[in-house]
Amino acid sequence: MSKLTPTPGQTVGPFYGFALPFTKDRELLAPGSPGSIRLQGTVYDGAGHPIPDAILEIWQADTEGKVPHHTGSLVRDGYTFTGFGRSAVGNTGVFTFTTVNPGPTEEGAAPFISVAVFARGLMNRLFTRIYLPENEEALAADPLLSSLDPERRKTMIARRDADGGLTWDVRLQGEGETVFLDFEGSSQ
Amino acid sequence: MPEEINLEIYNADPLTEDVSDEAMEAAPKTYAPLDAAAESQADLSAEMKALGDAYAQALRNGAPAEIQPRLDYAPYRSSVLRHPTKDLHHADPETIELYSPAFGHMDVHALEADLTIQHNGEPLGERIVVSGRVLDGDGRPVAGQLVEIWQANSAGRYIHKRDQHPAPLDPNFTGVGRCITGADGSYSFTTIKPGAYPWKNHLNAWRPAHIHFSLFGQEFTQRIVTQMYFPGDQLFPLDPIYQSIVDQDARDLLVATYNHEQTQPEWALAYNWDIVLTGSKRTWTENEALGAEGDDHE
Repeated sequence: MSKLTPTPGQTVGPFYGFALPFTKDRELLAPGSPGSIRLQGTVYDGAGHPIPDAILEIWQADTEGKVPHHTGSLVRDGYTFTGFGRSAVGNTGVFTFTTVNPGPTEEGAAPFISVAVFARGLMNRLFTRIYLPENEEALAADPLLSSLDPERRKTMIARRDADGGLTWDVRLQGEGETVFLDFEGSSQ
Repeated sequence: MPEEINLEIYNADPLTEDVSDEAMEAAPKTYAPLDAAAESQADLSAEMKALGDAYAQALRNGAPAEIQPRLDYAPYRSSVLRHPTKDLHHADPETIELYSPAFGHMDVHALEADLTIQHNGEPLGERIVVSGRVLDGDGRPVAGQLVEIWQANSAGRYIHKRDQHPAPLDPNFTGVGRCITGADGSYSFTTIKPGAYPWKNHLNAWRPAHIHFSLFGQEFTQRIVTQMYFPGDQLFPLDPIYQSIVDQDARDLLVATYNHEQTQPEWALAYNWDIVLTGSKRTWTENEALGAEGDDHE
């Protein structure tokens, strides 16, 4: 348990656009480089409308399942995989990353990409995960996924596109509402 | 502006407003007509008071304190369709979530912590130094980590084309800063006190002056974006974003403290604000425990 009271979060607001984006923020590696894939999706509100002012961050292991410890996400050198990316959505609510399929961080574990979602109108960031759709056995054994009913579980598993990329949408509210995570227990 | 600062950072987003002289002249100079259909502050204040009273009653009845803002807080109208209706699902963090992206001095130039030197001239407004420490829930300093801030200028105007507030842009102020925390978790920004800012949540809605803060911990589960406020702001009781934290003690944590000892004569007022992240869920390595993270960390 925490000894100090955590500082509360607040909404990212509408005006992060001149501050949080940076050059190549969504390119964890160069588009088109060997092994690179596109990860894309749309952020929707409770009315099913795309949200034009959301920003997502991803954080993931490399293809070998190793957790990156390299600095250099903000000023990318084009070669170092830092595991971190940030993508503001466009007017149509679409975000795009260029990344790699993460490997399992432990033998037999289901690989996933960790996500933080921010938006105007969203009071605090939300955490979720994007699981790779392959390896049914690992997905079935995953402690989080197996604690969810099938409809909710689906919201955390990406679709594999024909070009090898991943598509995964965020629904903040309503039908198909994405599962968002609480790591803190009862204190939110 | 020193050449070492990567100007592309400021221009990376297509929404970034052109702050050239031409654009300054083209900035709107008229007041938007008041919307007679908009809800009044009195309506909003009554809603907020009802929610606050219900929370206070629940506390008296033994309910736990609510530290974080309510995701479902209708007085902030934009939240109505943007909050999950299902409870957050408890999860034990897995390996990747128990580590954080690493940032270092490769990522951030030391001069990015001074928002008053990014252009040819001095920005207008009250020069301030905002400093403090980033700590985890156990009180340990978060060393070698990224802190990002953004804010309106002294007139309450953001450099953003969607900001239609007819207040002047300042050609000498962008309002974006970054730094890497020291070994003791410390950060310090030199900037200009932002102005209050009108928004369209309801009629005559004004945000208290604030600086947006974005923080990373040593674990991705500690990631947070929040806002720092200035002490004594008369807009606190009227603001649905500040009031979305229904617990007074918790929302007090977002208010900086004025520090006259650190105020620099003839130069800048000093404010202090410490940020506490959630507790660590991983056993730290010796290097982390010693605060040795940063560029050399592997």
